[in-house]
Amino acid sequence: MAEDLTSFRTQVQAWLSEHFPSSLKSNAAGIMEAAFSENGLSADAEQWRQSLADAGYGAPTWPKEYGGAGLSDSQAAVLSGEMANVGAFNPIPGLAGMGVTMVGPTVLEYGSEDQKLRHLPGIASGTVRWCLGLSEPNAGSDLASLTTKAQDDGDTWIVNGQKIWTSGADRSQWCGALVRTDASAKKRDGISFLMLKMDQPGVRTRPIKLIGGASPFCETFFDDARAEKDDLLGPLNNGWSVVKRLLQHERQSQTGAGAPSGSGSAALSIQDLAKKYVGTTESGELADADLRSRLTSHLMATKAHAMTGSRIREEARGKVEVSAAASILKNSATIVAQVRSELTIEMMGNQGLGWEGDDFTPEELATVRGWLSGKAISIYGGSFEVQKNIISKNILGLPETTQKG
Amino acid sequence: MAALTEEQTLIRDQARAWVTEQSPVRKFRQMRDEKAPLSFHADDWQAMIDMGWTGILVPEKYGGSELGYLTLGIVLEETGRQLTASPLLASAGIGAAALLVAGSDEQKQRILPGVVDGSNVVTLAVEEGPRHDPRQLSLAAMSRDDGLSLVGEKTMVHEAMAATHFVVAVRTSGHAGDENGMTLVLVDAESEGLTLSPLSTVDSRGYASLSFSDVKVSEEQILGSVNSAYVHLEQILDRARAATAAEMMGTAAQAFDMTLEYLKTRVQFGQVIGSFQALGHRAADLFTEMELTRSCMEGALQAIDAGREDVPELCSLSKTRTGEFIHHMSNELIQIHGGIGMTDEFDAGLYLKRARPLEAAWGNQAFHRDRYARLLGF
Ligand SMILES: Cc1cc2nc3c(=O)[nH]c(=O)nc-3n(C[C@H](O)[C@H](O)[C@H](O)COP(=O)(O)OP(=O)(O)OC[C@H]3O[C@@H](n4cnc5c(N)ncnc54)[C@H](O)[C@@H]3O)c2cc1C
Repeated sequence: MAEDLTSFRTQVQAWLSEHFPSSLKSNAAGIMEAAFSENGLSADAEQWRQSLADAGYGAPTWPKEYGGAGLSDSQAAVLSGEMANVGAFNPIPGLAGMGVTMVGPTVLEYGSEDQKLRHLPGIASGTVRWCLGLSEPNAGSDLASLTTKAQDDGDTWIVNGQKIWTSGADRSQWCGALVRTDASAKKRDGISFLMLKMDQPGVRTRPIKLIGGASPFCETFFDDARAEKDDLLGPLNNGWSVVKRLLQHERQSQTGAGAPSGSGSAALSIQDLAKKYVGTTESGELADADLRSRLTSHLMATKAHAMTGSRIREEARGKVEVSAAASILKNSATIVAQVRSELTIEMMGNQGLGWEGDDFTPEELATVRGWLSGKAISIYGGSFEVQKNIISKNILGLPETTQKG
Repeated sequence: MAALTEEQTLIRDQARAWVTEQSPVRKFRQMRDEKAPLSFHADDWQAMIDMGWTGILVPEKYGGSELGYLTLGIVLEETGRQLTASPLLASAGIGAAALLVAGSDEQKQRILPGVVDGSNVVTLAVEEGPRHDPRQLSLAAMSRDDGLSLVGEKTMVHEAMAATHFVVAVRTSGHAGDENGMTLVLVDAESEGLTLSPLSTVDSRGYASLSFSDVKVSEEQILGSVNSAYVHLEQILDRARAATAAEMMGTAAQAFDMTLEYLKTRVQFGQVIGSFQALGHRAADLFTEMELTRSCMEGALQAIDAGREDVPELCSLSKTRTGEFIHHMSNELIQIHGGIGMTDEFDAGLYLKRARPLEAAWGNQAFHRDRYARLLGF
């Protein structure tokens, strides 16, 4: 086992030195910004994307026949470690929207062979972007009350209804949508998971602007939109179990506490940033004792979160199961990330209140925007409160409240 | 729970079976009600010795098994669950650690086999005031012909009434507040000039104050070198903190289990109270906190076993997080049990009363938050 990894590591190092363009070094943010602008990926970035796709390293643990590299989890860890060492970054998960993290793993589990061959390679190469049409105006946390419906028209499904908060809908080629296929069944029993093309007359998107200023998501309207008959994922009327699994994948992808906003090789640790803005006493302690104590608690929470992630991985012997633990980690990652943002703007003082312009550094502005957009973490992927429901019911075995709607 | 070795799993299962069958919390209550002079049952202590727990830290050449700190933590977690009272932590944990960190081979040879077979009970005497602050220690040790003479006071010395030896941190030069000028000495409990006064504390465990009036200490009793014991003292205290945190984890985990059980059985308004979302969410918060805390507690013990450099940070992290968790958990234990939680007849109060002394031991949450910040350079 250990031997395997050593030779694999050497192989990855050689591959990286051959294929990774040094112009892209430590520039993840730049690459993704360009990708979503008018210009698209730079020539070097496009070449790098293609190299990753050819090697199957965009979604490295997926089987080779579907565009992955068939790596084990520990090999994939070596790959990402080596990439980090040379300042390389895998843009494919970002380019594929919800494809790599959520749709792909679910297709791998529930899809037919034909569906896997048709959908996965486009995701793994970062050339087909996916969005997810789950939430509706009246179906948020209570997703099963959705009303968008799909009717069987012989050759195709005809879809009518409205979705909301569809991330990246205006920039995606495909959508994984949750639709009602049996109106007479009980709430959860008449739902199916349908995959459909976004570029068709029956689909319209309207971007929604968020408090942070960006418009990452849309209202999505289906008016007699069409989906192929063989693009139903999983059995008819069994969409609820498909989406439950998909949401576990989503939660799993949100259990890391994320990189500090404005991170890059030059970014200061949050304690150094605090010293810079707040100053220190003669003995080198942060001048604001109250902030110092709260910052310490935050750093401890960050460390505890990281150690819990490793402990759970270790207990699972290298294989992270999509499990109950994900709900704990999602909420703790949320707290870590949101508290970090709050502390950062607090320590920046007036400089942490800017919206735009030259009076503020790019890092200060990014911190403010990040603080605002980060409020979403406790809302999507199952809200903070919904995660607590899951923990109390599924892990602790407490009965569901009778007061719930 | 960390990925345990087969041996560790075996030891945990044995410890869990023994505490639940032979030394459940009922036995602690009985000890408290009888006001047992040593504040533990001699038969419990003997059973622990027979099971080999007193040798877990001690190398084989001094009669132990040297299984390490994580293994000791596994056992302490189980005794913490039932509040089982004994000098296990104070002597086989902290006392043994003091000798292993600071003692010479001759001193280890002389004392440790007795720690393992129970004929020696060695306990650490550091505290002098109401708050943990080792740099402030001032118990004076004056040079005499062939050693030192001690004059001053120590307080909150764990399991002092059962002790055969004390590891005492004394000041051989400088002033309270200086890191330099401290020395560690091994004092025989029978020494002339040493007076013990038992303390009656809220957790009904064994503590005493020690009064030294011209207690003579020979050169063979000095652990490490004179005046430069602070580094050793910190290492010993970190081991004490990490091991205490393991016991705290067990006590708090038991409080969690009792609370969860009550949430599932107590009926009000025609339904079990655990079906009220306000309580379900609090249980979810406590569970999350417990899992995060466990990682810190185990991580510190593993770091000591591996001889890692970040031991001081991790021990402060562990002591703070277990302190915060047991504080929160012991309060919720009472609140969620309602009126029954307030009765002496019910066990919840025993857990609350044990929680605060454990939080204070070797530095409370505030002490360790401050230390953590300093270690991280702010
Ligand atoms: C940035 C962002 C991106 C998103 N991307 C997508 C996407 O790509 N595709 C998609 O389909 N959706 C997406 N969503 C939608 C997201 O999944 C929903 O916002 C989420 O499910 C919550 O639904 P809601 O907004 O209707 O809030 P509601 O469900 O109305 O919740 C309102 C409040 O009530 C609380 N609440 C609700 N039910 C309970 C309960 N049972 N117990 C206790 N408290 C409760 C919630 O926690 C919340 O505080 C996105 C949302 C955001 C913010």
